[in-house]
Order: sequence, then C-alpha cells, then structure tokens
Amino acid sequence: MAGYKPVAIQTYPVLGEKITQDTLYWNNYKTPVQIKEFGAVSKVDFSSQPPYNYAVTASSRIHIYGRYSQEPIKTFSRFKDTAYCATFRQDGRLLVAGSEDGGVQLFDISGRAPLRQFEGHTKAVHSVDFTADKYHVVSGADDYTVKLWDIPNSQEILTFKEHSDYVRCGCASKLNPDLFVTGSYDHTVKMFDARTNQSVISVEHGQPVESVLLFPSGGLLVSAGGRYVKVWDMLKGGQLLVSLKNHHKTVTCLCLSSSGQRLLSGSLDRKVKVYSTTSYKVVHSFDYTASILSLALAHEDETIVVGMTNGILSVKHRKSEAKKDLVPRRRRPAYRTFIKGKNYMKQQDDILINRPSKKHLELYDRDLKNFRISKALDRVLEPTCSIKTPEVTVSIIKELNRRGVLANALAGRDEKEISRVLNFLIRNLSQPRFAPVLINAAEIIIDIYLPVIGQSPVVDKKFLVLQGLVEKEIDYQRELLETLGMMDMLFATMTRKESTSVLQHNTSDEFLENNKIES
Amino acid sequence: MVEEEGIRVVRCGGSELNFRRAVFSADSKYIFCVSGDFIKVYSTATEECVHILQGHRNLVTGIQLNPSNHLQLYSCSVDGTIKLWDYIDGILIKTFRVGCELHALFTLSCAEDSVFVMINKGKPDVFQLASVKLPKSSSQEIEAKELSFVLDYVNQSPKCIAFGNEGEYVAAVRDFYLSVYFFKKKTTTRFTLSSSRNKKHARNNFTCVACHPKEDCIATGHKDGKIRLWRNFDDEKKYTYTCLHWHHDLVMDLAFSVTGSSLLSGGRESVLVEWREAAEKNKEFLPRLGATIEHISVSPAGDLFCTSHSDNKITIIHRNLEASAVIQGLVKDRSIFTGLMIDPRTKALVLNGKPGHLQFYSLQSDKQLYNLDIIQQEYINDSGLIQIELTKAAFGCYGNWLATVEQRQEKETELELQMKIWMYNKKTQGFVLNTKVNMPHEDHITALCFCNAEKSESSTLVTASKDGHFKVWILTDDSDIYKKAVGWTCDFVGSYHKYQATNCCFSEDGSLLAVSFEEIVTIWDSETWELKCTFCQRAGKIRHLCFGRLTCSKYLLGVTENGILCCWNLLSCALEWSTKLNVRVMEPDPNSENIAAITQSSVGSDLFVFKPSEPRPLYIQKNICREEVLWGVFVPRDVPESFTSEAHQWLNRSQFYFLTKSQSLLTFSTQSPEEKLTPTSKQLLAEESLPTTPFYFLLGKHRQQQQNDKLNEALENELVQLPLTENIPAISELLHTPAHVLPSASFLCSMFVNSLLLSTETKSAEENPDDVDMEEEKESDDSDEENNFTEKIQDTNNTDLEEDIIHQLSKSEEKELKKFRKVDYSWIAAL
Repeated sequence: MAGYKPVAIQTYPVLGEKITQDTLYWNNYKTPVQIKEFGAVSKVDFSSQPPYNYAVTASSRIHIYGRYSQEPIKTFSRFKDTAYCATFRQDGRLLVAGSEDGGVQLFDISGRAPLRQFEGHTKAVHSVDFTADKYHVVSGADDYTVKLWDIPNSQEILTFKEHSDYVRCGCASKLNPDLFVTGSYDHTVKMFDARTNQSVISVEHGQPVESVLLFPSGGLLVSAGGRYVKVWDMLKGGQLLVSLKNHHKTVTCLCLSSSGQRLLSGSLDRKVKVYSTTSYKVVHSFDYTASILSLALAHEDETIVVGMTNGILSVKHRKSEAKKDLVPRRRRPAYRTFIKGKNYMKQQDDILINRPSKKHLELYDRDLKNFRISKALDRVLEPTCSIKTPEVTVSIIKELNRRGVLANALAGRDEKEISRVLNFLIRNLSQPRFAPVLINAAEIIIDIYLPVIGQSPVVDKKFLVLQGLVEKEIDYQRELLETLGMMDMLFATMTRKESTSVLQHNTSDEFLENNKIES
Repeated sequence: MVEEEGIRVVRCGGSELNFRRAVFSADSKYIFCVSGDFIKVYSTATEECVHILQGHRNLVTGIQLNPSNHLQLYSCSVDGTIKLWDYIDGILIKTFRVGCELHALFTLSCAEDSVFVMINKGKPDVFQLASVKLPKSSSQEIEAKELSFVLDYVNQSPKCIAFGNEGEYVAAVRDFYLSVYFFKKKTTTRFTLSSSRNKKHARNNFTCVACHPKEDCIATGHKDGKIRLWRNFDDEKKYTYTCLHWHHDLVMDLAFSVTGSSLLSGGRESVLVEWREAAEKNKEFLPRLGATIEHISVSPAGDLFCTSHSDNKITIIHRNLEASAVIQGLVKDRSIFTGLMIDPRTKALVLNGKPGHLQFYSLQSDKQLYNLDIIQQEYINDSGLIQIELTKAAFGCYGNWLATVEQRQEKETELELQMKIWMYNKKTQGFVLNTKVNMPHEDHITALCFCNAEKSESSTLVTASKDGHFKVWILTDDSDIYKKAVGWTCDFVGSYHKYQATNCCFSEDGSLLAVSFEEIVTIWDSETWELKCTFCQRAGKIRHLCFGRLTCSKYLLGVTENGILCCWNLLSCALEWSTKLNVRVMEPDPNSENIAAITQSSVGSDLFVFKPSEPRPLYIQKNICREEVLWGVFVPRDVPESFTSEAHQWLNRSQFYFLTKSQSLLTFSTQSPEEKLTPTSKQLLAEESLPTTPFYFLLGKHRQQQQNDKLNEALENELVQLPLTENIPAISELLHTPAHVLPSASFLCSMFVNSLLLSTETKSAEENPDDVDMEEEKESDDSDEENNFTEKIQDTNNTDLEEDIIHQLSKSEEKELKKFRKVDYSWIAAL
C-alpha cells in the first residue's frame, strides 16, 4: 500500500537576490586591490598574450602592470600632455597611445622611447587601435577625423572626415583587416572600410557615443552613450537589436567576458552590469566607490580591472579553485559499495524478487511515523534545527496540531524544555508567515502551564518577554492599520483604475485575541 | 436505429462493494462481492470483473459458496429469494423462494441440505436466525418455506453471527452479551459482560464475532478496541476469556485463518493486525490500507485474505501480509464538495475520492482509473479530528491544468486555505504540481473557474471568495536565462461594494466574466478587467450562474435562493425572461445550447431541459428521484446518438449524470437497464491459470470447452462421453513420436485438424477411419479405454459425497451403480 507520506515542509519564497550560477561566478572574486594612479584612469587594456600584463592610461602616464603586481613593471611617461587609450597589439609586443596634443605614439613593450610617432591630427586623439593585420593603426581625434596609419613607414594612408563631432571611441574588427568602427559625439557610430575610403554603415545611437565594441565574430556591434547600451546587428545592415537602459548615468565603457557569453558595461553611476548576450538581461551587478571610466577583463575572466575618475584602479582576482582540496576529505565508501548487487543482470532461470527501495525519512518523520510525538517535537526544537530552519519546526507544530496531539506534545516539560519552546516562540512569533501556527501553540502553552507559573524564575521571565513582544506587535499592527487608512484615503482621491491595488491585511485580530488570553 | 422508448432514470455503476464480506472461490482465483442488486465476480490476479451475476430484484445481502460444490454460489437478497449460481459461466441455476426478507446467509458443510438465513418478521429491528431447508427438485424455481428458528433477537449485521467448529455451535453477539447455541444439545448459553451493568458509558459492546475453525474458541471484538477470546463456553460457570488489546477504536471485523493459527482484526485505524497463536505479543501489522476496514475474509485455500474498506475498496492481501491487488469502486465514503466534473482528456468522471484525493472514475467500465493525491499528507483516521478537505477543483485548457482548493478550519478565526494548480505532464501522463498558493483569499473560496475559450492565448483562472473579492490568476512565464518556469500569479483583484462573491463564470468565447455578489451579478471585460454592467433582480442570493452556449451565447442565466430562474440578455442588458423554479442544479451541455436544471420540491426532484433563448422547456421529467440532487454533469458521448423525437434530442450528444444526497450516481437512458449494464468485459473470461504458449492456443481452448461441456452435461442429465485431449490418438501420436520419424507436417496437417474437430461428437475419430487407416485398430482400442476413463472422471466429479463409498465397491458393483445412475441421475442436479 501507499507508504508513509512525510510531513510537507512549507516553503517560503526567498527574499532578496536570487542565487544563480552567474551571481556565484561573478561573486567568486577576492576583495579588490586598490592602486592609486595620478589622475582619472581613462583606459585599461589587457595584453592577450601571457603573462597577461595590462596597460593603464592615467593622466600623462601609461603604466604596465603584471597580473599580480601592485607596482607597475614599466612606465611610459614621455607625454607632454594627457595620454589616451594605450592599447596592446594582438601579439602583446607593441603598444599604441594617443595624446592630448594630437600625436599618436607607438611603443615597443621592452623599449622606452616611442618607435613611431604619427603626426597629422590637429586635436586630442582619444581612440587608437591596431587593425587585424597588425600593421596598421586606426586613430580617432577631436578634429572630427579618423585616420588609418601604416606602421612600417609611419605614414598616413587614409583620412575619413565623415563625423561631425569629436571621435571618442573606436574599435577595429578582429577578423577583417580593413574594417573598423568609430563612435562620435555626433551620436553616430560608423563602420569604415579601408578599401572604399568611406563609411559603409552608419547607425544613429541617439546620444554622444562613449564606447563601441565589436563582437569577436564581427556580426554584432555594441555602442554605449548616454544611459543607453545598444546592440546592432551589422549583418542586417545595422539594425537595432536591443536597447538596454540599466544605468542611471552615462555608460562609459564596455567589455566582453572571455567566453563571449556576457557583456559588461561600466558607468558613471559607479556600477558595472553584466548582461547575458543571449537574452540581454542583467544577470549581475558590481558596485564601486567612484564613477567608472574604464573596465577590462583578463584572459578567462581571471581578473577584473576597473579604473575610476578619482584615479583609483580596482583590481579583483578570481579565487583560486585549488584551495578547497586543502581540507582533508573524509574517506567515503567506494562507488562499488553503493552499486553492490544492483548491477547483476538477470539470468534466464532466475526469479527476480524486487524489494522496494527504502525511502529515506528525516528523523522527525520517523518519530511521527511511529507516533512518538513528543520526541518529534523535541527533535525539531533542537537549536540546530529551530534556528537554521524554523520553517521545519513550524511545519511539525502544524502537523501535530492537525493530528490533534499538539497539547499532548507540549505538556509535561521541565524548565529547560519549556524555555526552549518559549525561546523559539519569542524568536518567531512576530513573523507573519509563522504567526497563525505559533499563536495557537502559544495559547496551548499558556493554558497548560498557567497553574505552575511562578515556580521557575527562568520561565516566568520568558513569559514576560513574550508578553512584551505581543504588546509591541499589537502597537505595530495598529500603526500599520493607521497607515493603511491613510493610504486608502490617498487612493480614493486618485483615479478609479489605480485604486484596485492589493493591500495585504494583517493578523491584528489574532494578536488582540492572544493578548486577552495572556492578560 | 435506436428503439425510442421513454427516458428512464438508470442507476449507473458506482455500486457498493463493501456492503458484505467478500467471498473467495475454493481455488482463490475469484472473489465475489455483493454490489447492489448484483453479485460481482472478480479475478484475484487481474482485478478484472469477470462476471456480473444479475437476477435478484433487490439488494443482495449475503453470498456463500455451496459447501457441496465449490463451483456454485448461493446468494440471498431482500427480495426473499435464495439463488444458486454457476459463477464460472455466470449462469443462474436455481431460485429458492423463501418469501420473507433475507438479511444474511450462512452455509455449513455438515448441513448441506439447508442454509441459515437472517430474517426479520414484524418489528423492523428484530432479527432472527433461521435455517431453511432447500428442497431437491429439478425445476428452476422452488419454494423453500421450511423454516426452523435457531436464535431470536440477533444483531442485523452478519458479522455478529459465526458458526464454529464444523457447525457444532453458533455464536451470536448483541449489545453486551454473547449467546452460544449448541446444535447437538439444543441449548443456549449466554454470557454478559459484567462492566456493562456497573458503568454508565461502558464502551465494551460487542461488535463482531468469529469462531475458531478447529477448536472451541470464540473471538469477539468490542467497541473499546479489545478482542476477547472465549474458551470453555459450554459451561456457564467455568468459562474463561483472554483479552487482546491493540486497537484504540472499535474492532470492525475479525477472522480466523483457515488453520486457526492466526486471528485477523481490523478497524478504523486502517491497519490489518494479525495475531499469531492468539498471543498479545505475537502480532504482525499491515498498516496504511487507506480507509476503515469494514470486513475481513479469508480464502478457503488459506493463501489470501481480503479486506473491504469504507472507501468502497477491496484489498486482496497475500498470506505474508503483502497487498497484492486492489479492487476499487467509486469512492463514496465522504461528502462530495468538488461536484462532478469531466476530465476532458480521459472523459472520466472526477470527484472527491479518498481523503485528500481526487478520483478519476471511468463511467463506461464502472471502475476507478486512478487517484490523484492532492493534499499529500499522511492521513490520520481518527474520530474528532478536523481533516483538510478538498473543497473545489476545476479543469482548464482541455485538461492541461487542474486547480484545486483545500481548506481546514479548526476555529472561527483559523482558516487554512491552499490553492494548488497542477499541470498535465504528457511524458508521465499525470498531473504535476505547478503552483501552490497559501491563503489565496482571506475567507472560503466559493467558486473557481478557468477560462476555456479556444482563442485565448493566456490561461486565466478566477477564484471568488466570501471575503468579497474575486481574483484573476494568470499563467506567467517567469523564466529567466537559467531555467524555464511557468507559474500562476495574481493579476487582478476585483470587488463590488464588499459583498461576498458567490459564483463566477466565463462566457464561451472568454470575453466576459460574470461574478455574482450575493444578489447582484456583475459582468467584467476579461481584457481590461473593467466592470461592464450589473444585473440585480433582488430575488435572493445567486445560487448558480452560467452563460448560454453556441447560438445562445448572448444569454446569461442565474438561479436565486428564492427559487427564481432568470435569463438576461447581454446585448440589451435587460431581463429576457424569468420563471419561478426552485432550481438546485443547473448544468449547461458543452455540446449544445441545452441547459439542464433539476428542481427540488417536497415530493421529489424534477428535471427541466431548456434553451436559454426560449422560456419553454424542451423536456420535463417529473420525479426523477425522491431525494435531493446535489450535483449533475453532462458527459459528452463518444458516438452521438440519433434520436429523432423532440423529447430525446437533448440526449443526442451528451448524457446527463447526477448524484443524489445518498450518493447514488444516476443517469437518463432510453435503453433497458439490462442492455445498459451488459459488461464489455464478458469476453474477458479469465483463463489466466494457463500459460499462453503456442500449444495453449491449440489445446487450451479445447480443454476448456470440454470442461464447460462437462458441466452442461451434468445439468442436462445426459451421458455424453467426450475424450480428453490427451486421449485423442492423433494428438498423442503426434506428440509422442520422435520428430525425425514423423512424416512431413503438411501430410499430418489434415489429420491433426480433423482430430481437433471432434468436440461435439463422441466417436468422430472412429467415424472417419479413411483419414487414419494405419492406426485404425489401435485407435478403437484407445477410444474404448478413453470412454471408461471419462466416465470415471465424471464419477469423481459428480459424486463428491459418495466418493469414499465408491472406492470401496468392487468392479461389478460399480458397473451396477453406473447403470443405476443412468436411470436416476436427476438428484445430482440438486447439489
């Protein structure tokens, strides 16, 4: 026949942030290392080659940091004015940077002096990048022009004068050496083809564009400007795919996770948001202390580096996985002990006798199955259970009440046991989700132990605490009712449509009743 | 096509199975139980109903095996007849007319010519145990008026009478005394429990009695849960008794095992207790049998027990206390809150079943399909406990969704309310819990309905409650990127001047929702949830509400407590018509415009079938039953009928079923009841004992036919000799000759087939010698032998009583006897 049905433990929706695999992943970083720079950190760029150093552009200097070093391993400081956008070449051996005076300088990682200097821009160059063939550099400047430079003979190849405002961001395609994208304060993002010497696609972002990003496949373009992050489908000729508005302030930087599954955006509202690139929903969010200007992720998401306006560089390293193995694991029985005899194949003449698998029951369920009610209640009132999982204790009390044996289970307890019950009541009575069950239990306890009150100072004190708690709760409920009345009045003055909002009623009647019994 | 008779009310299935103790056949292959006016024969192995023995005109009150022939069954009924059945073929053999109401039947192997029956004469609650002599006669209908009283003033229940130790005595209990009547001495001894005199509220009333099959020992069950074992009861002074106490509530039934080594007891705890060697400490349990054990019976072979439960169920239990089969009828133990529903998927009737369950009951096969556990909690069966009740249920979206409401109210203020919404899982073919809502409303939920419109893209559920609100729940996709999850959330809460919401109903296309608030009907737009209009007739609270269908979809019908049936036109927002009719049940037919209304008056219930468009009813049937009708439902027919007369047309596409207060399920039918109740399982005559090997198909049928023929033979007093299969020479030849010396199969085929054809003729094998010329001589020898053999078999079969005598006779005497039997064979038939 049907077996014993275990007590249904009431589950309650968990409040607060949901724990998802993304929150677990993105929270698995150590506390950030803070490095003070000389000015606002405008650009952080990781080398894509081991040992994954990163270049930090702040004020008139470019610092190269090793992955775990707190001090720069190299510094390029020969800039007359502010440097911008220090970017590694794909092989990690060259570095290009723009500067406020309109020059673009190319450095060798090992050297100090610039290898090449590209002169031609008349105003500050805020964006530079290497093209996919490694031999060209794209630069965008405040003189509204975008220029393509040849590295070997340091000559200007092409100039695009299609933007009508500052060009503040750019990005070259990783696949095609001739394609690159620039974003400008004229609200447009343009894709240029070096073969046609004009823009091939132009999309209207709507706000001054602060950052652009091409997906590794080159099919999707992400642009950030104003409070919006917009994703464009380049293969459909620049059709808007999705527009994300998750920040309060201007979005300044964009970055893709190493798997390409997540998009990160940093903003002046001091937040970094992580989006899924399939659903474009925010899956996680980081908080920082100051407005964020730059953001970069290391290889395999091992490190998150964020540069802020106050010149602080925040470096977060991923927690190492190996740590867990340090704790010696208890030796468990081998796999074969669990499958012993279960993998036996039935032979032809064998008669198979099935024994139903034993259902695992919790200890309190075992007690309840055998009608040991007091014992079951004792078990769930153990501090380990009653503090950690009060819903289990409440469910058992409810079940005992349903069986009509709650009074029997609560009766005949000594001072220590009854104070344990009272402690639980004091802790949980005021929680609305437990209140209906526990008020009933409290009434029963008061009924049972009323004749012996005054015999134990410990228990008497607990009863007084309980009484105080109930009185406080009644006051609170009264206040809530007053507020409700006020809100009803407010709603009544508003339009009819909005007056249908649901308001949770409360359990004040029950509290009042309980108080009567106690007094 | 269909003969058009008058429409009559027909009881359809759902009859009680637990009215009396079930009886096992001698070989434990079948189990018999009384079921209303019928006796049902079930196979213990397959749980399938093999036969329904019908013939009694009133409630069947007792069944027993014929002690002198295990293949026959006696039954008695309130209609005053005892009938003798052949249960293997389902044939009525004989009817004995006794002439007064019979309430129980007992048979004894030592008194084969008489049976014991319980009758009452005069006062309604005075019952007597009497023995009836069954006269021997070859006619079908026999008068049996020869009654001799054994015990007077016995309890009505057959559980309170037991025959012991091969019929030496009979024990009967009533109230506080046990009386034992010894047949040989013809004396009655009476024992009274002492405490009954002293204590005012003593609870040690006798409830049941059982007698040890071998020893002089009587076991009695008591109201306080004790079992007493009485010994030495032939002396009124020296008697002793021992007490066994485990049950905490009354002992419902007791039974000794065949050998008497163990005693079985059961009660409200729904635990079968086996007391080994009648010792207190030596007991075994079979717990959680689901409902109160009402009867226990033991198979004559001793390998099976069975318990009948209050939820209309028979559980067959193996000797080692393992439940092996469950025969479940329509559960009628408890009151029906959910009403009658039809599962759109299985077309099964759905209603409250076991505590905390919904039962799916097939109307066609009168069989429970399955139980859906809604409450999912351990059921503690104890008097005075307030259980969680399953109060409302509704199907939605072609059976994809099921919403249920359960509640438990201990005190005025403490209401536990839970709404569960179940999704049909196609893979597991069952309902899976999807959403659980705690306290969906502050007060009782009065109505629950799904929007079943075809075009609606989102699923909608509406609940109406006494707290003055109705809530709209919609299916929302709260899936994030990690997992797909759909659940139901509250979309809208509506109210109307703090009146209690009493009914809710969606229009057929799902565009309008009607909610009744006490006397007022409100119409809401299901798109925007705006109040469109209200109807108020000031004629009492609205009891039922429903929209018209198909061509009548512009009408809304309401029934008020004051007995007024109103029909509103939704286009003109005005009352179309109203009439004074105290309607209890109003059900729309899903396949037509028709609406059935059952009214209640002091004399009985009447049925009206009408279309909302016209106030004149299509069909009226007065007095469909005497009691109150609680619920009704239209069940769509699988194959539409084609009645042409106007009065029958409403039955064309659907059939109307209704449930009365005494929980009998009735329907309207034009066919005669016999035709209606012919079981489709008649062809499924159990043959489960034989393994279905290829040879079974060749030989098994043949053998069965022979057996049947043999029985017929006995009945018709003819001596037709039939060879057994083993003795057909062709077959034995075929089977015993090594394969390598046999001629080819094609050569043997015709011979073999011909040999199988001789089922009706005796000596057909001899009559076609041209087929098997080479075996002619041998064969004739064989057939001679075979004749002798079959005769012998008949001897042993038909003369059980004189078996021992026959064995002592010499051969010549035997031959004489055989001749004698040929002359006078009729008395065998009387057995």
